[in-house]
Amino acid sequence: MAVIKAEQLTKTYKDGETVITALGGVSLSIERGEFVAITGRSGSGKSTLFHQLGLIDNPTSGSLTVNGTDALRLTEKQKTSFRLKNIGYIFQDYALIPTLTALENIVLPLLMAGVPRAKANEIAATTLASVGLEGRGKHLPNELSGGQQQRVSIARAISHNPALILADEPTANLDNESSLRIMGIFKNLRDRGITVVMITHENEYAKMTDRVITLFDGKIEKEERN
Amino acid sequence: MSILRVAFFIALRDTVRGNRWASALTVILITLTFVNLVIVGGVLVGLIESSSLANRVRYSSDILLSPPTSKAYIEQTPAILSLIARTEGVTNYVTRYAEPATITAGYKKQLNPKDTPDYARAIVAGIDLVRENALTGIADKIVEGRFLKPNEFGAIVLGSNLLYKYIPIDSPGLQTLDIKGVGEKVRLTVGGNNKELTVVGVIKSKVGEIDQRMFMNAAELRPLIHRNDLNVDEIAIKVTDDASITTVKAALIKGGADKFARIQTWEEAQPKFIQDIKNTFAILGNIIGSVGVVASSITIFIIVFVSAIVRRKQIGILKAIGINSNAIELAYAMQSLFYGVVGIGLGMAISFLIIKPYVDLHPINFPFSDGIIATTWPSTLARIAALFAATLFAGYVPAKLIVRKNTIDAILGR
Repeated sequence: MAVIKAEQLTKTYKDGETVITALGGVSLSIERGEFVAITGRSGSGKSTLFHQLGLIDNPTSGSLTVNGTDALRLTEKQKTSFRLKNIGYIFQDYALIPTLTALENIVLPLLMAGVPRAKANEIAATTLASVGLEGRGKHLPNELSGGQQQRVSIARAISHNPALILADEPTANLDNESSLRIMGIFKNLRDRGITVVMITHENEYAKMTDRVITLFDGKIEKEERN
Repeated sequence: MSILRVAFFIALRDTVRGNRWASALTVILITLTFVNLVIVGGVLVGLIESSSLANRVRYSSDILLSPPTSKAYIEQTPAILSLIARTEGVTNYVTRYAEPATITAGYKKQLNPKDTPDYARAIVAGIDLVRENALTGIADKIVEGRFLKPNEFGAIVLGSNLLYKYIPIDSPGLQTLDIKGVGEKVRLTVGGNNKELTVVGVIKSKVGEIDQRMFMNAAELRPLIHRNDLNVDEIAIKVTDDASITTVKAALIKGGADKFARIQTWEEAQPKFIQDIKNTFAILGNIIGSVGVVASSITIFIIVFVSAIVRRKQIGILKAIGINSNAIELAYAMQSLFYGVVGIGLGMAISFLIIKPYVDLHPINFPFSDGIIATTWPSTLARIAALFAATLFAGYVPAKLIVRKNTIDAILGR
């Protein structure tokens, strides 16, 4: 069953009189439990596609179904609620809330989902341990290394068991050892049946996924299975 | 419920671990605004309030009886005094004679009878020194010389407003004596009689009714004004602390005193313009305070707006990970509420535990009153409510503006 099904997704911007096409009709389907890399050069449209798939930006046209829901029919508030239940986000710059500890960063979306505080703490601690950060829960983000922050970000994304993990250049700011560790975590998630879509420009990591979709000028240039 | 819980979760940690300088700045701003609201308004009203209170303490006491409009004095005074003495709630009273008089100075040095003499017209009050001082304590307000002594004749105390050196204004309508004061011989003309008296003291109380008068022994004044029937011109009554002034007034009216005297509470006895000025200053205080609230709101708005703009990406990320926008807005509102509580709490502590008690002990020396800070709980609560509302508004609106933005625009800082 497809977790993501996009048909002719387009996104255009206006820059004065000029119309810029960031996505020029992308159609793709990503199955449950698949680990997919979206690659391409800078300006190829991969970040724009990422934002559409994550429902944080609206396409100009096309259709998008995520986890069986017609995503484009949702209101902004419904999209936020949908993201909370179905999507886990991992950002290139980790995007942790600086005033929350590692544990609290993970607890926050769980509280929003209505999980009781004690249970949320328990889940957060377990998830943090699953990414190798037991004992780091009370640290604020600025007390952690880049790799550790990214793992907290991953723990936050997976703590509520989403069907889909979207990762935007998750290894871009990390050393090789940390990056490999992150990739290992993603493979584990894939093995647990969670769909992982990763934007990357690093081929060596793209090759570790099940499938690589390469974009060029806002269109799919090629798809390769690894 | 989750929204409230998440908002509190974010707000608490943002407040405790966030930018402490911005928090401190916001709290200080609210504190100063509150102090400004209470103190400026309080001083303006207190300026008149203290004058009004001094008038009560030094002159009218709680209830003042004066002649009806058609009479020159209070008839049946002995019967009225008897009624006062047996009225429940009365703790003390004094009687006064008060007659228009002319006082002349320097007449012995006047070589040409056609020269204009140094004179002033004022009310001369004949008082029972001991009882008067016990009730009003006006002897404490002597600024030169001394007060009258019991059974002292040939002596007079002048109100400071009758002396040029205290009111150095040359105006055709204002008559003052250009004398040095204590020790000078003056001639009192009253009831068609002249009497030479020695100035033994000058009184300055900042109460117009006192400083515009001259005082002498009642026993010496009575024959000069041909008053042999014990009827007086003023009776000031002090009511016990637990008694109601209006109840005592009503008892006096019920006893028939109103047939021979105008009976006024201390508030009624004051000139209407005092109340008008008090109301005017209260309005001025509110206007100044409102400007302060608006200025403070704008500043808080800017602080929160800048803070929200700086954290625009964070707001976008919160939305991206599924945090409801209402929870984010509520978190900002809660932070503002916290700043409001702390700022107003500090403002109240500074105003009511430091400034007001200090000014009560050391009144501000204004030319016409000893200024106090007049506050009432309803007006203070109204100010608290206004400042809270302004703080909440200034905190919530910028957050709303940022949260309303498209999630991707917020994340990318567009």
